[in-house]
Amino acid sequence: MCGIVGLFLKDKALEPKLGEMLTAMLITMTDRGPDSAGIAIYGTETKGRAKMTVQSDTPDTAFVGLDKALTKVVGGTVKMTVKSTHAVLDIPEGTAPTVRAALAGIDASIRVMSRGSSLEIYKEVGLPKDVAERFGIAKMSGTHGIGHTRMATESAVTTMGAHPYNTGDDQCLVHNGSLSNHNNLRRTLRREGILIETENDTEVGAAYLTWQMQNGATLGEALTSSLDDLDGFFTFVVGTKDGLGVVRDPIACKPAVMAETDQYVAFGSEYRALVNLPGIENARVWEPEPATVYFWNHDTSPTSSKKAA
Amino acid sequence: MQTIDLTETGLRETNKMLHAQAANTNQTVWTIENAKGAHAIACGLDAPIEVTVKGSTGYYCGGMNQQATINIHGSAGPGTGENIMSGKIVIEGDASQYLGATGHGGLIVVKGNASSRCGISMKGVNIVVQGNIGHMSAFMGQSGNLVVCGDAGDALGDSCYEARFFVRGKVKSLGADCEKKEMRPEHIAILTELLAEAGFDAKPEEFTRYGSARKLYNFDVDNAAAY
Repeated sequence: MCGIVGLFLKDKALEPKLGEMLTAMLITMTDRGPDSAGIAIYGTETKGRAKMTVQSDTPDTAFVGLDKALTKVVGGTVKMTVKSTHAVLDIPEGTAPTVRAALAGIDASIRVMSRGSSLEIYKEVGLPKDVAERFGIAKMSGTHGIGHTRMATESAVTTMGAHPYNTGDDQCLVHNGSLSNHNNLRRTLRREGILIETENDTEVGAAYLTWQMQNGATLGEALTSSLDDLDGFFTFVVGTKDGLGVVRDPIACKPAVMAETDQYVAFGSEYRALVNLPGIENARVWEPEPATVYFWNHDTSPTSSKKAA
Repeated sequence: MQTIDLTETGLRETNKMLHAQAANTNQTVWTIENAKGAHAIACGLDAPIEVTVKGSTGYYCGGMNQQATINIHGSAGPGTGENIMSGKIVIEGDASQYLGATGHGGLIVVKGNASSRCGISMKGVNIVVQGNIGHMSAFMGQSGNLVVCGDAGDALGDSCYEARFFVRGKVKSLGADCEKKEMRPEHIAILTELLAEAGFDAKPEEFTRYGSARKLYNFDVDNAAAY
């Protein structure tokens, strides 16, 4: 089943409450998937710096001295903020590939959750309320974010099987549904040199988008071609540095409800997820059309002309 | 009038109270407040009562309904009125996917749009939509009438049996074995009555009727070797 939520803020006054609002929305969706949960938050960026969120099952040992070790390798200051099993690394811009390679040498058990200038991804096995609490998501501010609560179908219940998946710098993906051609596609993508770490179907969907974009496609083009190349059923919500995208497969069995006011655009697997948002009574509420790519970003007002942008 | 605050009373207690109403109940008018998208509101009712739900509902509101009239003052989630047997459901807003799925009787009225798979496998229910309906609507529809004052999406009436479809606007595409049909006086009569019952001001003459070409579900001796 799985539950998805997304929130894109137009009103800057709401930004300090992004984490709180998104957490409440995700907790409402708990009974759509109690196996694991994750949240991607787009927060502030610092000029000349980038962020990498990493995870370890043994944070007490793995993260000790990690910032100092990485500083040596990178040749610039690496700052680290540890939050439970995750650590946010504040690294010099452009050093993400170096840091990633260095991490494998320092401690192979450290996994990269996300990279980008403003994106942070937190995900773990457990209920949304517990996962959100251990990372203090409710206290986080930001411009937009997406969340996912998982009912596992295609692969094991593990941290790496949880969503969101990082597909590129400041890009992430959550999925409700299941892909049926992921084994074949995984083999193809691995031959193309794309890193795929698990047997999870959504990771293959994310890797597919990464691969398309490495070959020059825009995110909109990659999402549009996913409609042809991915078998199975899906509602995807993607996060980018500037905004949110939504696409549903042509059959569109997997539910999706959107609401828009002057203050925000919100996504929920069900209307229940949206009921406590401010001004929801007067929001425009609708279901995204099947096989149609939608985008909302901070540069333009969200219109259908932004489809497949 | 009985008023229930769903967030205070809870879903099970609310439905239990509604289920307790007998055919001769004096408590015929009910209001449910704070629906907030909850699932299975007023499911399985079987009494001539009128229930008004304030706010939008989640999955399966009014499912398996018999006799009761259910008004939804908001939009309705997936599977609303699933397997409705009799009575009436009126949705002020939009309806999500598989509205009235497998419904055997009664009437469902949507004042906004209905989503995909509207009336899927309908078995006698009448559904009247003021706006548009989505793709794969009335898939395998067996009996009953689906009336659409706006447009219909892809694959209307795919693999249908004897259900009738009346569409005023455009049909994006017809499903397998569904075809345009002649509008005879008896169809105008059915449509006139359904539009009046739904309270929609539309001229029956502006609608086109669609239904089964009857090629898919009848045994054809030429295909005997295939069995």
